[in-house]
Amino acid sequence: MSQVIVQFKDVVKSFGEQTILDKVNLTINSGKTTVIAGPSGQGKSVTMKLILGLLRPDSGQILVGGQDITKMRLKALNEVRTKFGVLFQGSALLDSLTVFANVALPLEERTRLGSEEIRERVLAILAQLGLTGHEEKYPAQLSGGMRKRVGLARALMLQPEIMLFDEPTTGLDPENSLEIYKLFLETQKKFGYTSIIVSHDIPKIFNLADQVILVNKGKLTTFASPEDIQQSEIPEIQAFVQYTMGNIYLSREME
Amino acid sequence: MIRYLEKIGKNTIWVLEDLGRMGAFLVFGLGGVFKRPFRFSAMIRQVRLIGANSFWVIFFIAGFTGMVLGLQGYYTLRKFGSEGALGSAVSLSLIRELGPVLTALMVTGRAGSAMCAEIGIMRNSEQLDALECMAIDPFRYLITPKFLATIISVPILTLFFNVVGIFGGYLAGCGLLGVNPGAYWAGMEQSVVNQDINMGIIKSFVFALVIVWVCTGRGYFVHVIRGAGFGAEGVSKVTTQAVVLSSIAILICDYLLTAILL
Repeated sequence: MSQVIVQFKDVVKSFGEQTILDKVNLTINSGKTTVIAGPSGQGKSVTMKLILGLLRPDSGQILVGGQDITKMRLKALNEVRTKFGVLFQGSALLDSLTVFANVALPLEERTRLGSEEIRERVLAILAQLGLTGHEEKYPAQLSGGMRKRVGLARALMLQPEIMLFDEPTTGLDPENSLEIYKLFLETQKKFGYTSIIVSHDIPKIFNLADQVILVNKGKLTTFASPEDIQQSEIPEIQAFVQYTMGNIYLSREME
Repeated sequence: MIRYLEKIGKNTIWVLEDLGRMGAFLVFGLGGVFKRPFRFSAMIRQVRLIGANSFWVIFFIAGFTGMVLGLQGYYTLRKFGSEGALGSAVSLSLIRELGPVLTALMVTGRAGSAMCAEIGIMRNSEQLDALECMAIDPFRYLITPKFLATIISVPILTLFFNVVGIFGGYLAGCGLLGVNPGAYWAGMEQSVVNQDINMGIIKSFVFALVIVWVCTGRGYFVHVIRGAGFGAEGVSKVTTQAVVLSSIAILICDYLLTAILL
């Protein structure tokens, strides 16, 4: 039985008068893949930022590895953050640094490794992700798919326990999207990380999911499989399923 | 009436929130000095960008400011038959007032706007979030080197401005208008005292802090500044706001410091 690695307990988050998350609970188990989906502007990115401690909830607890991060001081929070790797929607590469410097950054800043060892590790992961020969390029000189791969390489440098993917295939063509999914499966197999994917790419993304969390009107609903979502009796979820999957999507075997 | 009061209340809360944010930003920006590892090479790079790269701009502005002072001073002083006091007039104007203020305004326009836009773009493209997620403190990594580099660069640029300006005044007064060079230098030597130089240096330190605080702070909070908008437009609005705010703050601080230090 896998351990609970991230847990929300009665979390409330508002911006001004708008309540984004209203007393929500969620549980994410280690080694599993959780997909967070739902209509735009309903709180998917807020959920992700809360997990990372980039936002603090108005009330409730957020446990990461059993520790409540909501009341932590920055130093302790930074320790918890070392468990995470994040692939941002726009890759969030530092655009004044080369590909090599971007990927080397976590090692330079967070470890005491020598420059030779950092170089070896960076070149190894770049080779693994098919980026050999692009080390001296700047992010602006890369395609969207390559930027995602560099972002993934950087996120994996410190061998995170939990990987968060924010819309990993948004803005990519089908070929590059497939490439990212392949890389996801390969790297998850190799590094064994727990993954949390915020995505719009429905129903394709459900093929990767062990559980699906739908965000809707301030509530999170957890489903064990895509089939469970289709059978949901909540009208908003039925409407979402109809809109995103149509009637034809029945099971992952069909894909 | 109630709606009017509500609006005043909302605006007051927003201003207080903004002041609180900026106050905390200043504390974290300066506090980054004590966090290890200190990014010395990043600070030196910023000194080059903010300080060394401003050399020629400051050189020309200081030169022509000094020459204009020489011209204006000569024709004014000649009415009273005291052309010999030109050196004193030019040097005191530059060392006490024009040197620190014009240098600060130039650095605001040249480097302050660039810092604001750079940090604003980093905020909008989630680069600052990425740093935090990698447990890299954005203040230590990014903001503090800019704070220190500005605080180092602006006083040096101010001293350079003063020297070039005084030579500019000499060129216009003595080279073109025939003021006695000995009287020019002697007038300066007799009238400028340590207190004047200290006043100029203290002002330049304070102005440097104002520039880097306002400009990096506005960029850092581009996503929460009311009315700034989003994306490229947000960054451009906030950059304009940063330049205007820091220019006004420099002039207000100049008045207050002059009143205190004179």
